[in-house]
Amino acid sequence: MLDDTDRRLLRHYQHDAALPVAELAERAGVTPATCARRLDRMKSAGVIRANRAVIDWRALGYEVEVSLRVTLEKSHPRAFDEFLAAAREVPEVVEIQTFLGRVDLRLSVIARDMAHYQEIYRSAILSLPHIADIEALMHVARIKSDEILPL
Amino acid sequence: MIELDTTDRRLLRELVRDATQSASTLGRKLGLSQPATWRRIRRLHDSGVIKGQRLDLDHDRLGFGVTVFLGVKLATKGRVSIDDFERAVSAIPEVQTVEHILGLYDYRLRVVARDISDFERVLRRRIMMLPGVGDVEANVMLSEERRPGPIG
Repeated sequence: MLDDTDRRLLRHYQHDAALPVAELAERAGVTPATCARRLDRMKSAGVIRANRAVIDWRALGYEVEVSLRVTLEKSHPRAFDEFLAAAREVPEVVEIQTFLGRVDLRLSVIARDMAHYQEIYRSAILSLPHIADIEALMHVARIKSDEILPL
Repeated sequence: MIELDTTDRRLLRELVRDATQSASTLGRKLGLSQPATWRRIRRLHDSGVIKGQRLDLDHDRLGFGVTVFLGVKLATKGRVSIDDFERAVSAIPEVQTVEHILGLYDYRLRVVARDISDFERVLRRRIMMLPGVGDVEANVMLSEERRPGPIG
């Protein structure tokens, strides 16, 4: 289980995941050796799954982001599995979530511009299996995106 | 906007998987020298392709068993300042992301909670108290996949 020191380390590490161990240790008020040992332990326990680089798709020319809310034809027993397997094959799909609620799934799709989006939508999205309904929400701006857990 | 070659794309995929790898480790995987790898990493950062690093934590093990996506519509567009809403919603610790969207809703929020009753507390005491908040739709997340995107 995690103690207060682990939580303090994670709090600082979440806010700046690029911090070197020595600096993280200083901010959390522990020695670098303690810091490294605790991080290793949390990694091997699976609490810290990874430390990932975050891509800014705009810098690569992907200006459009659309959130597609999908409802499936649930009469087919393998509707979810088949839809998910096919959605994974579309390179422009960057996130897939499944839900309990009014919609079954959400796909986050990126495109270079509206014409490119239209092409992806027609050729790749509409041909995904078992779709009953799709709603598109156009992404305008990201106000908060740090994904920090309130530990 | 910068063009990436095959090696850049492989490097980017590696860094998305684990950003803590050293330039020499990455160079060995890609068949590059350590300085050449370092220059490519530098370029990905300088051009803004890599905008930062994110810690991927196991929410369940940290006691956050519930993630909910909320669609929020503002009730009094024009009268309430959008800035006020955005400032207030961003200040709620349980709100992980806030996105301004066009369509059925004005904002999409990603909210974490310990369990469903904790989520109810966040919804009633925090979200519903926000200035200008109107209709709210909640979808409880069951699973999530982040895909590599078009650099595969």
